[in-house]
Formats: sequence, C-alpha cells, structure tokens
Amino acid sequence: MNIYAIRVIYQQEMLRAWKTSAQSFASPVISTALYFVVFGSAIGSRIATVEGVSYGSFIVPGLMMLALLTQSIANASFGIFFPKFTGTIYEVLSAPISVAEILIGYVGAAATKSMIIGLIILGTAGFFVPLHIAHPLWMLLFLVLTCISFSLFGFIIGLWAKDFEKLQIIPMLVITPLVFLGGSFYSINMLPPAWQVVTLFNPVVYLISGFRWSFFEVADVSVELSLAIILVFLATCLTLVWWMFKTGYRLKQ
Amino acid sequence: MPPIVSIANLSKTYDTGYQALKQVNLDIHAGEILALLGPNGAGKTTLISIICGIVNASGGSVTVGGHDIVKDYRITRSLIGLVPQELTLGAFETVWHTLCFSRGLFGKKPDPRYLDQLLKDLSLSDKKHTLLMFLSGGMKRRVLIGKALAHQPTVLFLDEPTAGVDVELRKDMWALVRRLRESGVTIILTTHYIEEAEAIADRVGVIDHGELLVVDDKQALMHKLGKRQLTIELDSAQASLPAALTPWNLEMSTDGGRMTYTYDPLKANTGIDALLQAVRAAGLGIKDLQTKKTSLEEIFVNMVHQSK
Ligand SMILES: Nc1ncnc2c1ncn2[C@@H]1O[C@H](COP(=O)(O)OP(=O)(O)O)[C@@H](O)[C@H]1O
Ligand SMILES: [Mg+2]
Repeated sequence: MNIYAIRVIYQQEMLRAWKTSAQSFASPVISTALYFVVFGSAIGSRIATVEGVSYGSFIVPGLMMLALLTQSIANASFGIFFPKFTGTIYEVLSAPISVAEILIGYVGAAATKSMIIGLIILGTAGFFVPLHIAHPLWMLLFLVLTCISFSLFGFIIGLWAKDFEKLQIIPMLVITPLVFLGGSFYSINMLPPAWQVVTLFNPVVYLISGFRWSFFEVADVSVELSLAIILVFLATCLTLVWWMFKTGYRLKQ
Repeated sequence: MPPIVSIANLSKTYDTGYQALKQVNLDIHAGEILALLGPNGAGKTTLISIICGIVNASGGSVTVGGHDIVKDYRITRSLIGLVPQELTLGAFETVWHTLCFSRGLFGKKPDPRYLDQLLKDLSLSDKKHTLLMFLSGGMKRRVLIGKALAHQPTVLFLDEPTAGVDVELRKDMWALVRRLRESGVTIILTTHYIEEAEAIADRVGVIDHGELLVVDDKQALMHKLGKRQLTIELDSAQASLPAALTPWNLEMSTDGGRMTYTYDPLKANTGIDALLQAVRAAGLGIKDLQTKKTSLEEIFVNMVHQSK
C-alpha cells in the first residue's frame, strides 16, 4: 500500500478546495439560504405541512442532496479532468500506485469536501427551521454513501470528458433535472398517479426518500430499497472505474 | 553486470493503426548515459512512455532492475524518474509543494533535507516558495527534473531535455546530467540534436520510424561508421583538377584553392600516400593539410537515408 501517495493526492485536492474556499464552501451556503427564502418562506407559508412535517423542514434533506450530488460530481470530475487536461497526469500514471490508491486519494478528497458542504448546509438550515434528526446514524450513512458514490461518478465523468463542455454536460443535462424531479422540494405523493410511476425510474428519488426518512421517518419508498439502490450505484461506478483503468480508457494509449 | 533496463521485442501500434515502435531490442547498462537519437516522430517518446507506464505496449516486454514493468510495476516505477518532453507543470502551487507531492506519490516518506539539497543542486533554492506559474521555461524544466529526482530514482529518463533551450542553458543542462551520472544515476535521454549526443552520451542509439537502427559506444559508432576527410590546401589556386587525380574523387573548392578527399580510416590502404605523391607529381605545391572526423550528424544522416 502506497500510503504516502494517497496522502499527497488527498492533501493536494483538499488544499485546492481550501484555496478557493469562498467558491467551495461559501457559495453552497449562500444558495441554500436563498432556497430557504424562496421555497421555505415565500412558498412554504402557503403550504402548511407535507406529511406532517413543516414545509421548511421538509425540504432540508432534498436541499442537502441537491448540493451533495452537484458538489461531489463537480469536485471529483474537475479533480481528475484538470491534470488530464494540462498533462500533469503523466506523473500519477508513472507512479508506483494502484487504482484503489488513486481512487482513495481523489475520490476520498472530493467526498470529504461534499460531506463538509452537506454539514455546513445542515447547520445553515438550522438557522431557518427547527431540525430534528430521527435517525442520525442512518442520516450519516446516507450522507457518506451518497458523497462517495457520486464523487466516484464525477471521477468517471472527469476521465471520460475530453473537453470542458463534456465535463459540464452530464451534471447540467442529467443530474440537475433528476434531482429537481426527484422530490427535493415535494413528496412524490403530491404528483398525479401516472407521474408517480414515472418518477420511480428516477434513481435520485430513492436517495432523497431514504435521506428524508432518516430525518422525519417519512419516505416515498422503503428505506431498505433506498439503501440497496445507492449500493448498486456505488458498485456500478466502482466496476466502471476499474475497467477504465484496466483498459487505460482515455488515460493510456 | 546485468542490464538495468532490458527491452525485448517491444512494439507499439496506436489506436490510429500507426506503428510507432517495431520490435525494439535494447539493453541499458547501469551508470551510463545513453542518448536515443532520432528525428521527430521516430518513436522516442513512445519508447520512454511505455517503460514509465504511461503508454501500454502492444507486444514485447521490458524489465527494470530485473523486474517486469507490468507485473512488478510498483518496484520498477519506484526505480524510475521521468522528465517529460513538454513543460507539463501545475500553476498554482509552489516549487516546494510540487516536489513534496512527487516524492510522496512515489511512495517515499517526506525528507525536507534531501529536497532542500536537491533544490540547491538545481539552483532553485531561491524559488522554493514561488508559484510554478511565475517561473521561466528553463526553471520549469529544472523543477521537472527535481520532481523526477524527488524520490531518488536509479534510472532517469530525460525526454528532449534541451529542445528549444538556448546554447548557454544547454551547456548547463549537460553539466547537470554529468553530475547526476557521477552520483550513480543511469541516464537515458532522447534528443534530435546530434551535438547533444556527441557531447554527453557514453552510448548512442539511433532510432527512426520506430526502429532502432544501431546502438553502440559513441566512439565506436563514429569509428565504425565515420569517414575521415583530408583537406589539402594548395600553394596557388587551380582552374581545374589535374587529370591524374581523378581516381581519388576529390572535391575542389570553388576558389580552386582546396581539395578534399574522403576516405575510410579503417582500411589498410587509405590511399593518402598515393594521393600525396600524385599531387606532387602533378606539380602542385601543398601549403597545408588537415584531417577531420565526420560528425555524428553526417553519420546519422547517412544511416537514416539508407534505412528509407
Ligand atoms: N497518442 C497517439 N496516437 C496516435 N499516434 C501517436 C500517438 N502518440 C504518438 N503517435 C505517433 O507515433 C509516432 C512516434 O511519436 P513519438 O514517440 O512522440 O516520437 P518522438 O518522440 O520520437 O518525436 C509519431 O508518428 C506520432 O505521430
Ligand atoms: Mg518526443
């Protein structure tokens, strides 16, 4: 095990976030605060409760998920895309380091960053609405698994992308719509029956539902199913990254 | 002593279908400076990239320190340092930070004293805390060398270390390479400058179109393939060559004051003795004589020419 390599990659990635901390950490706080003003106060004042939870509180898990998914993908994809783009990746490729070690360094750092952001948002939310977390350990489990699996997914995008446009396209065209349509701001019970069925094909629904359950014990689907889905997603991403390194996909000719 | 790097039947065909390396065989001896000489597109970078793990080979095998580069990549890669051809370097980190990164990446525990000494050897001490983006090209190249040496490798690959570098800096680079060799590092450098190979290499491999045409001791190579030239300066300019001298295929300078004879120094009879007698017999006065070796450049041009 090349512990030193993992350590320097992890530190380098964390340092990068720290140097741009205004962008890395402040902007999620600001946008969360804005969501609370718009959704929580303006709209929430007209919606009394959703499934027995005040609307302001109800949207907290969804807001966190929104940030976790976008931040994980953005951080991890950029972290590996940039050295590929500038050519400095040669050093990682020529180093005595295994795929697992590369992943722990890069994906671990990206996941850590989004976890921090998630917790900052949770703290920010606490200023606006009363928060009660029914199952803190489940909440943490979902938080950690989501950050890791979506950082891994972001890493894949970063490996795959050949230019900056491709780097943005999946988060923008796929992830953002899936999160917004995945029940971040509503319960899927509020949708017409036909749409409820369609929604079940959206994997993000399971994430948000499970996460929300850990807060309020209200869920659209069973929590075990949520957990299973995220584990399947994690396993799929791991397999894909393994294959990419094994074949040298877009890394080695 | 077994070779430090052994390359057997190495071939590479890129996805485009282009065959960049064709069955290359090469042994590199510990402690030597080997120059891989070849024009652009010859396959030099491809060869180095395979050994370092950046490009996958299509066929053949390589061992470093007796270990296979695929199976035992952890061992071989920690023995190797690579200075890439392009100035691929980050921008927003300091010289010191990037050196520490390289050392850690290659699995070595931090050693600030060694890295400080390294900076000193590379005349970069005063740039220790400078951001990489503020360095000149020559400094960036030295930082890349520092990164390659940060983990104390035994084999160093330098891919075109002086491409686009002015004469003064090139000499500094050569001095640095020699110092490294003295410290026991085996050095493989690629170049398309003949003078470079001539100036610092112990052995020279000539590569073109993915084929290693020849590898030999620099002196032996020049001896084996090098012709010599004898230039005869005459007392008085001649309008034309005397007919008696035609068997020697002399070249006359345009002013008619010099004649040049090209010969093979390894032949028992170089023809010089007879030529000088014939010159005298033709009534020409000799003012001065001069012989010179053909340079690696001429050898190289000949060889590449023949391989086509
Ligand atoms: N990634 C690649 N895909 C396709 N062809 C390549 C690639 N890299 C290099 N080549 C080709 O392989 C040949 C050898 O390239 P290279 O090893 O860089 O030569 P050198 O370093 O001697 O200039 C060139 O013709 C080059 O165009
Ligand atoms: Mg090259």
